[in-house]
Amino acid sequence: MDGISFSVERGEVLGFLGPNGAGKSTTMRMITGFIPPSAGRVSVGGFDVVENPIPAKRLIGYLPENAPAYTDMTVAGFLNFAAEIRGLRGEKKKQAIHRVVDLCFLEPVLHQSVDTLSKGYRHRTCFAQSILHDPDVLVLDEPTDGLDPNQKHEVRGLIRRMGATKAIIFSTHILEEVDAACTRAIIIDRGQIVANGTPAELRGKSEMAGAVTVSVSGVAAAVLSAKLNQIPQTKRVAVVAEKNNSVTACVYPKANAGDGDLPRAVGQAVQGWCVEKLQVEEGRLDEVFRSLTLPDTGVKSENKK
Amino acid sequence: MNSWANIQTIAKRELGAYFASPLAYVFIVIFLLLTGFFTFMVGGFFERGQASLAISFFDWHPWFYLFLVPAVGMRLWAEERRVGTLELLLTMPVTPWQAILGKFLASWLFLALALALTFPLVITVNYLGHPDNGVIFCGYVGSWLMAGAYLAVSCITSAMTRAQVVSFIVSVVLCLFLILAGFSPVIRFLSGWASPEVVGAVASCSFITHFQNFQKGVLDSRDVIFFLSIIVFSLFTTAVILRGHRRG
Repeated sequence: MDGISFSVERGEVLGFLGPNGAGKSTTMRMITGFIPPSAGRVSVGGFDVVENPIPAKRLIGYLPENAPAYTDMTVAGFLNFAAEIRGLRGEKKKQAIHRVVDLCFLEPVLHQSVDTLSKGYRHRTCFAQSILHDPDVLVLDEPTDGLDPNQKHEVRGLIRRMGATKAIIFSTHILEEVDAACTRAIIIDRGQIVANGTPAELRGKSEMAGAVTVSVSGVAAAVLSAKLNQIPQTKRVAVVAEKNNSVTACVYPKANAGDGDLPRAVGQAVQGWCVEKLQVEEGRLDEVFRSLTLPDTGVKSENKK
Repeated sequence: MNSWANIQTIAKRELGAYFASPLAYVFIVIFLLLTGFFTFMVGGFFERGQASLAISFFDWHPWFYLFLVPAVGMRLWAEERRVGTLELLLTMPVTPWQAILGKFLASWLFLALALALTFPLVITVNYLGHPDNGVIFCGYVGSWLMAGAYLAVSCITSAMTRAQVVSFIVSVVLCLFLILAGFSPVIRFLSGWASPEVVGAVASCSFITHFQNFQKGVLDSRDVIFFLSIIVFSLFTTAVILRGHRRG
């Protein structure tokens, strides 16, 4: 990690993005106090994680990568252990376990050994452990890894709902999750933050943001792109598809183009032609992600050659 | 008080883990079979005609423990690291010391249970004659303390690796050194060329030398302190190793 600094407030869901090996898990391990940072400090709820670890850890619920759980225990036994170590006893413990078993749909496997669980169930067991004590801060390392699409949807919903009252950090490399659950996202690459903003802001960094896709029939591709290139707000024109007498082109805006200027201009430019489709694109997160994290990896692989 | 509750919780989980796997039952059965066999067949319990467990029974303990205790201790940390639960455990609101103590106490209690299950021998010797039960009790205390020392050494090796087998082998070797230092052939070999002070120093590091006093029924504070200090030192080393892992 290299000089990362950020903060998460209550009511925020922070998505942590980055290619494999970017340092997502390392950052989370530092937040949860598993790895002490070699420089700088981590503070959770006002408690320094290194100097005052126990009160800090009490506030945190943590789902480590790969969702480890004691394989020699039953799900109920494991949750019972986690509850006791969180200081829950008696009726409170029962209620807490009951709540997370309901939330994570663990009822059918409650008395099964963790060893024999499917990956989805094991994942949810560990997730249940992390929310058992209703923590203020939730750190989730790839919470939807290994879940089926329904379960993914469920977990995202859960994160979003809990995000209203807690501070949540979760890492993922599934970009749609950022849209589905985050209020803010950070992209890190090789230990450095390369982007930090709401999903909409990040999307705005995309070249695609505000671009106009237009399909016209009965015109040659060259004629269309020449015409579109004359628009002052156009940065460049790409012909996306050309078939059956119909051409689809994408017009990328210049950075200073005002809202709606480009679509209006494109609409005027294609007047008189038979327009089949005209669509304003939103930015795409995967494109932002690639443009921010890929360039250097590209250089690296070239160096190898 | 809170820290004691954490230690208890961890120890309870650890003990449960022993009995959830076949390890506990296999260990107890093998331990009892071995003690029975060596006491009666090899140790010549009946032939001695003595109402005592000192030689025929307790003499074998350092050697049983050499193989059996590392088998109990090898999984303590190696398994946690392999499965990844170490990260879970150490990010819960417990200090590393609580985790180390909890785990150690659980295994030590388990060894106490195995040792306690040799009670039929005590009944037998009481039925056949009039032994000094104080001496026998002293032998048991010494045996348990010694088992704790072996176990603490196994804790170190278990924390060093992810592979339980590696942990087992390394701790057997380490414990072998600690035994051999006081083994009579080694002492005889040493006294051939080394000064008596050196021989004494080496022998005083040995489990056997200190255990022998217990066998004789002598509860010497020096022997108790010896085993306890090995335990404390080893657990401290375990803590240092665990901290080293976390620093990456």
